[in-house]
Amino acid sequence: MTTAGADRRAVIRDSLGVGIATGLYGTSFGAVAVASGLSVAQTCVLSVVMFTGASQFALVGVLAAGGTPLASALTALLLGSRNTLYGLRVGPLLDWRGARRVAAAHLLIDETTAMSLNRPDRSLARVGFLATGISIFVLWNLFTLLGAVAGQALGDPETYGLDAAVGAAFLALLWPRLSDSVNRVVALAAAALALALVPVTAAGIPVLAAGGVALLAGLLSKHVDPTEFPESDR
Amino acid sequence: MTIWLAVIGAGIGCYLLKLAGLSLPPRVLEHPVVERVADLIPVALLAALVAVQVFASEQSLVVDARLAGLATAFVLLLVRAPFLVVVFGAALVAALIRLWT
Repeated sequence: MTTAGADRRAVIRDSLGVGIATGLYGTSFGAVAVASGLSVAQTCVLSVVMFTGASQFALVGVLAAGGTPLASALTALLLGSRNTLYGLRVGPLLDWRGARRVAAAHLLIDETTAMSLNRPDRSLARVGFLATGISIFVLWNLFTLLGAVAGQALGDPETYGLDAAVGAAFLALLWPRLSDSVNRVVALAAAALALALVPVTAAGIPVLAAGGVALLAGLLSKHVDPTEFPESDR
Repeated sequence: MTIWLAVIGAGIGCYLLKLAGLSLPPRVLEHPVVERVADLIPVALLAALVAVQVFASEQSLVVDARLAGLATAFVLLLVRAPFLVVVFGAALVAALIRLWT
């Protein structure tokens, strides 16, 4: 009984740590989004409704590069498809149905997947998922607003290097997957293809086309990726 | 207006992708090609986004302060700096280079 309570408290403590660290970087999303031309309202709605960091950064990044809203939306959706993959994995583990599943789905992101996978039982998996998801949701939205308001007050984003911050954010999101050698090859090929297409296609297309590298590599290789699901050891 | 459409449309779409994951039977993933492609998509897209964000200026490729920002991010990631330090460290270096050149 006391051991179960201690396990629970340990999971909550770890989850809040991840929640605070992740929520804080909502500041960078808020600042980058207004620097890319979104209004403070659009930036905040994106964090509330989309609530998946890489897709949000992708949407504003493609818009900032001059891509059409359609290209930016498609890129965000393609990146968001990895959450489907996470859901297929954690769904049977969490086993929520009906309204609870509909509500929990909104919190299905890298961090909640990492903090609920590999738990010894369903109850601890659910605690990890909820404690991580709720703390990130609250802080991510709070700090998005803060970053957006601060970003708007700063003025010209290039003076503060905020345009350079976007590339850094994508590299940081990609980083954990680069520990696998096949992923590194795919990453380099995708980057090279995108750059080759920049001068000859409309903005936004190079990134979408790079998704073709994933398709090709997935069809050709028999490789199983060890970095497929996010780790909880952070 | 169209930006609003992209924000709301892609936002709802991303939610539906999450809900689908929790609702579909897990055997959808049992097809190895589906699993590998789904898994490689974020790798390819994020890498392409890094490249385009750093080197593209409208329709041309340029080398400017953003590359120094990316190099900073790379080093900070190697020493396991937290996300915020990586992002704002890159911004700071790019801003300083612009200030001095």
